[in-house]
Formats: sequence, C-alpha cells, structure tokens
Amino acid sequence: MTTSAPAAPTGALNLSRTTATAARVLRQLRHDPRTIALMILIPCVMLFLLRYVFDGSPRTFDNIGASLLGIFPLITMFLVTSIATLRERTSGTLERLLAMPLGKGDLIAGYALAFGTLAIIQSALATGLAVWALDLDVTGSPWLLLLVALLDALLGTALGLFVSAFASSEFQAVQFMPAVIFPQLLLCGLFTPRDAMHPALEAVSDVLPMSYAVDGMNEVLHHTDMTTTFVRDVLIVGGCALLVLGLGAATLRRRTQ
Amino acid sequence: MNFKNGPSEPPDSRPAPSGGEPVPPAIDARHLTVVRGPRTVLRALDFTVPRGQITGLLGPSGCGKSTLMRAIVGTQDKVTGTLDVLGRPAGHSSLRTRIGYVTQAPSVYDDLTVRQNLDYFAAILDPGRAATDRRHENVTRAISDVDLTTHADALAGNLSGGQRNRVSLAVALLGTPELLVLDEPTVGLDPVLRRDLWQLFDDIAASRGATLLVSSHVMDEAERCHRLLLMRDGEILADDTPAALRERTHSDTVETAFLHLVDEAAEAARAKETTR
Repeated sequence: MTTSAPAAPTGALNLSRTTATAARVLRQLRHDPRTIALMILIPCVMLFLLRYVFDGSPRTFDNIGASLLGIFPLITMFLVTSIATLRERTSGTLERLLAMPLGKGDLIAGYALAFGTLAIIQSALATGLAVWALDLDVTGSPWLLLLVALLDALLGTALGLFVSAFASSEFQAVQFMPAVIFPQLLLCGLFTPRDAMHPALEAVSDVLPMSYAVDGMNEVLHHTDMTTTFVRDVLIVGGCALLVLGLGAATLRRRTQ
Repeated sequence: MNFKNGPSEPPDSRPAPSGGEPVPPAIDARHLTVVRGPRTVLRALDFTVPRGQITGLLGPSGCGKSTLMRAIVGTQDKVTGTLDVLGRPAGHSSLRTRIGYVTQAPSVYDDLTVRQNLDYFAAILDPGRAATDRRHENVTRAISDVDLTTHADALAGNLSGGQRNRVSLAVALLGTPELLVLDEPTVGLDPVLRRDLWQLFDDIAASRGATLLVSSHVMDEAERCHRLLLMRDGEILADDTPAALRERTHSDTVETAFLHLVDEAAEAARAKETTR
C-alpha cells in the first residue's frame, strides 16, 4: 500500500503537469501518423504548387508565398486544436481532468506547447522549402519568417481552443474555420493591399490579427533588418494569441450544467 | 446481521482518530437542490454517507443519480443547499486528489494505450520527476486491480465497451482516493467480471478504508452494499441498510422493497392530489 501522494500545488502553472499534458497530446498524435503527415506535407505541397502557378511572375510568388507561410500554420493549428479540444470536451476527459488537480493554465499551456512543437516542424520545413528550393526571395532573415510563423501557429491554437467552446459537434467545429478564418483571409491583404479596400473594410482589417501576421511576413520580405513595423506586428500577433488563450481558459468550466 | 451473500461486516461506529474529535461523514447533504435548465433535478435532499462503507445509489435512469454524483465531485453547476464532502464543501480544490470519480461513459483517451492513459492521469495526480517510481507502481497496481494487465499495451479505442469502462475505473483508483464515486461501473459487464469488481469494491472499502458511492440500476447489486440510497424523481425514497429495507417492507429482495416504496410514494402523492 502506498501512502497518499503529497498534495501538489494546484496554483497557477505547474511545469510537470504542463509537460505531461503536452507529452500526452503528442503521444495521441503519434498514434495517428496520417494526421501528422497531412499537417506537415500539405503546406509544402501548396507552396510547391503556388511556385509553378506563378511560374511567369516570381514577384507574385514572393508576396503570396511569404504570406502563406504565415497563414498555413494558423489554419492547421486552428483546425487541429479545435477538433482536439472539442473531443476532450465531449469524451468526458475534460470533466475528469478538471475534477483532478489540473490547472486550466496547465491544460492550455500543454496544448499550446504540443501544437507549438508541431508548428515549429511544419514551419521550418515549409520555410526551408520555400527559401532554398523554390527561390522565395527574402530580403530579411528566414529566422524571422519562422518566428512569425510560430506566433501564427500559437494564434491558431488559441483561436481553435476558444471556438471549440461554442461547437457541440465536429461538424460545427470545422464550420468555424470558414467563419473565423476566411474573413481574415480576405481582409489580411493577401489578395489586395489593405489600403486599397473600402475604408470600412480596411478599418475592420485593422483589428484582425491575421492582417498583422501577413504584414509581418511582408516586412521580412522587403527589409534586411527588423523594422519597427515588424516589431509591432510580432507584438500584436503574440499579444492576440495570449489574449485569446486567456479567453479560452475562461471557457473551461469546472462546474457545468 | 443477516446479509445474504452480502458484504463483509461494515465498520459500524466510525473509530474516531486518536484526538477523539468526531470524523465528519464522507458526504453530508442538507437541503441539496440542483436545477438544470427548467428542471429541478434534485429536490432538497438530506442524507449522509458514512465513511469506510459501500453505499449504493439506486433508482431508475433519469432519477438524478448522475447529477447527484456530479454535485458530490464538484462538477455540477447550480447546486444550492449545503453539501460537505470529507469535511469540506463539495468542489473544494483540496478534494481533487482525495476523490476518484468514474463517469457513466468511459472518459479515457481512445487514441492512447491503457498504460499511456493511466500514466498521464497519474502524472496529473502526482506530478514531478521524483514521483516517477511511485507513479509506475500505482499505474501497475491499478491496471491489475481492474484485470487488464494483458491489455495494458492495447489502444483504449480497440477495447470492448466493458474493458474501456474498466480503464476508466482504473484511472479513479490511481491516487488511492478516500472517496470513490462510481457512476454505473458494472454496466455492460459479464457476471464474472461484475462479481470480481464487487469483490474489488469490498476490498477497497475494507483494506484501504475508502468510502464508495456506487450507482446502479441493477437491483441485485444492491444486496452487496452496506447501505442504500433509493432515489426516484430527484427525491430520496429510502436511506437504510439492505436488510432493514427488506424488513421494513416485508420483502425478500431489495428489488421488491424498492417497488413497494415506489408504490407507497405514488399513493401518498395521489392522496395529496385528491385532498387538494
């Protein structure tokens, strides 16, 4: 008979509970190699496709390709996280975890850590492919591209976690993708420069985080060093991610109806 | 005491700890009411659950058993009245390591193996590198408690319904909890497994001194409990030992005793209706 474990603190953030959660999420993914392959390969295939779609105008590929390097991680992480946390909510494991001494912060940080790791792999591969194999012309450092991509992935994780609270089925969860991501995609400056839009839309795009993600990518594309605009963009995207993660934490209730 | 194939003798009077201070009951509910949406699911319940015994929570499905259990483990919203669990208000953060809870549907990760599931929950209950050995020991014991040692490396999603239920139960056994709240733990299990699990419950109560609250709608399981709470429509019809219940209603089995009590309650309600 073992003696009962010493009551570990359930306060703010517990490092070992967070890493245990991250390890568990990654372990779940490891049993699903197809998902991993899809997550990692699709951005590369899309970039490859894009490169030859714009075969005649490498300038266009530079602009769109760099923007997409920021958008891909956001979309994939959004989808994966919203489904994963929805499953956690519907399978009863969330209720069980919250009846245990797990902090909400531990759970969210665990998810962010696990999917952040995947995002690093995904972004590194996509960025490497774009810059070295597909001749994406970046004036700045590819490391900065990677940094923005990582923050975008974090933002996607945060958004996915947040919307999963409002979906009661997987069907609803995937429909949140067009609802949350598509408007940002249209308004982020990928198709038209934002200042050429209707002023009302430009104002809307000013408050959407993806606009800054794309803007940050373009800053790296055109400038050799970190511009103040780039720093602003990075701070905004990172700040939004943290804000939405906080909102996501608020949707995890220990007591439910 | 005349338990027919009944449980081992329950510790009748709780031995007070050395200090002589009375130990609060495992669960103490006063005027406990739960509202879900427009429905009042539990109506002003008053009851206590003694420590170190198996208390059966019986009643037809939909009578509020699961809601009561969720209130006790602190995951149910809109609970009014007082509800103390192990001397603390239900849902208190210090209770989270002291209660094991098994929901009706198995709440485990289908895409992890049995052992990986338990490893994770063990790491939440007892975190840190220093506890690695203790965790390993606890996990191995919990797996053998529910008789899944041969399936330890199978994905939970590939197991049968009854096996997944047992994985879920193993998670609740991990931290050596003082109170185990089990919502229909024997549903879908064959008779042999059901007998083995009830032996395990007896053992947990007797040797680990834990309190068990087990819900079921299978009345023959009631005979194996030390005490019974019979519920119907959000109210408690009876709170007694199985023997006393049978005696009071002049019945041979708890099942007929329950039916007797239900009829009695219905008659009382009808009488009230006509006088109005």
